[in-house]
Amino acid sequence: MAKSSILSSSIAKKVAMALSGLFLVSFLLLHVSINLTSIFSADVFNECSHFMGYNPLVQYVLQPILAIGVVFHFVMGFVLELQNRAARPIAYAKNNGSANSSWASRNMIISGLVVLAFLGLHFYDFWFPEINYKFIQGMPIDETRYFPELVHKFHSPVRTGLYCLSFVLLALHLWHGFNSSMQSVGFNNKFSRGLHKLGYAFAIVVPFGFIVIALFHHFNQ
Amino acid sequence: MSVAKNININLKVWRQKNAKTKGSMETYKLDNVSTASSFLEMLDQLNEQLVNERKEPIAFDHDCREGICGMCSLYINGRAHGPDTGITTCQLHMRSFKDGDTIYVEPWRSKAFPVIKDLVVDRSSFDRIQQAGGFVSVNTSGRTIDANATPIPKHDADRSFEAAACIGCGACVATCKNGSAMLFVGAKVSQYALLPQGRVEATQRVLNMVRQMDEEGFGNCTNTGACEVECPKGISLENIARMNREYLAASMK
Repeated sequence: MAKSSILSSSIAKKVAMALSGLFLVSFLLLHVSINLTSIFSADVFNECSHFMGYNPLVQYVLQPILAIGVVFHFVMGFVLELQNRAARPIAYAKNNGSANSSWASRNMIISGLVVLAFLGLHFYDFWFPEINYKFIQGMPIDETRYFPELVHKFHSPVRTGLYCLSFVLLALHLWHGFNSSMQSVGFNNKFSRGLHKLGYAFAIVVPFGFIVIALFHHFNQ
Repeated sequence: MSVAKNININLKVWRQKNAKTKGSMETYKLDNVSTASSFLEMLDQLNEQLVNERKEPIAFDHDCREGICGMCSLYINGRAHGPDTGITTCQLHMRSFKDGDTIYVEPWRSKAFPVIKDLVVDRSSFDRIQQAGGFVSVNTSGRTIDANATPIPKHDADRSFEAAACIGCGACVATCKNGSAMLFVGAKVSQYALLPQGRVEATQRVLNMVRQMDEEGFGNCTNTGACEVECPKGISLENIARMNREYLAASMK
């Protein structure tokens, strides 16, 4: 069988979705860990942010890989959604999906779209200003600017609310996505139950960490 | 044990003259339905009423009427095989419904299961997937080895048997929001992959069956787990994971 047809198979696609999702999960863990330092120490947060912002390995290797991972995950998600909709041209007049599956599992496209919209806002808030500061304006290195920038963004109650809402949807996306990715790569055995609990814990703890950070800086100024 | 009684129900049933015409939901009223009757017996009663009214009876699939053959399909009140779990439609009884209920009856909805007439769908796509690799090539010239001569671990034999319990009814496809057939194919791949006799052709089997599944137009599995819940034979999601592993291993060879 030709390798090209193997790569375009339904199983290859779901494995690709799973692996890109797991990669993004690992990034989330790193992101929330660094951001949590902002609650305890402005200096540590500045130090970590400066390292991430100026380390060549992070900037020119990991960041492009991350960008590719994000784009791939979203594009593949849309492609699969369209294919799946085409697989049922006539919808049921009555369908009781909640009888056999969770809302989170049936609506990954909705939670994913909210996270995508949030990414747009997040890039507008942090990534574009960072690119502008470093590469367009060519401003000098300032290792102390990160903490004030972060705190400033959470001054607005609307923005803080939007961030928190997005993190709730991120939690729902992870609630199904983490364990789904394990099943997709073929991991379903006697250890799965324990891993599922870990997946659910991750889906709650990481977005909750982001919510705590947003609320802390909103109410602490 | 509850005493049987008669109930009056309203039915909304998909009617479609043939594969080429457009169908629609039609409403029927049916009185004096015994709660002791099966769902299919209720449809028989409705058909008798339609015949007496000189109307076209409703076409629906059925055969053994004891939950073995997998012929009866039907999406009832938004669920494959109706409100109960672990059963086929022929095992569903009218005691699951109340007097005055409105019951929706629809065919399996899938691009790969086109409607032939009313509630009857063409499930030959499953047959073509089976033909693509769901078998063990055996030399039947008289030199076959006694099956018991090959020791098989009890655990593997049990998992294989559980996978082989799949009756190919298509409830997994019908209930999956993506119209995916991965539980069916996963079960068929697993029942052979777990046995030494099936390992010989394992690589080509999984590649060919998955290729055929994709060609038939089934959707992609997103692991909602709905198929496992609605499967009348309790086929586990474990089989999909095993198929994924088999496929990944076969792809690298």
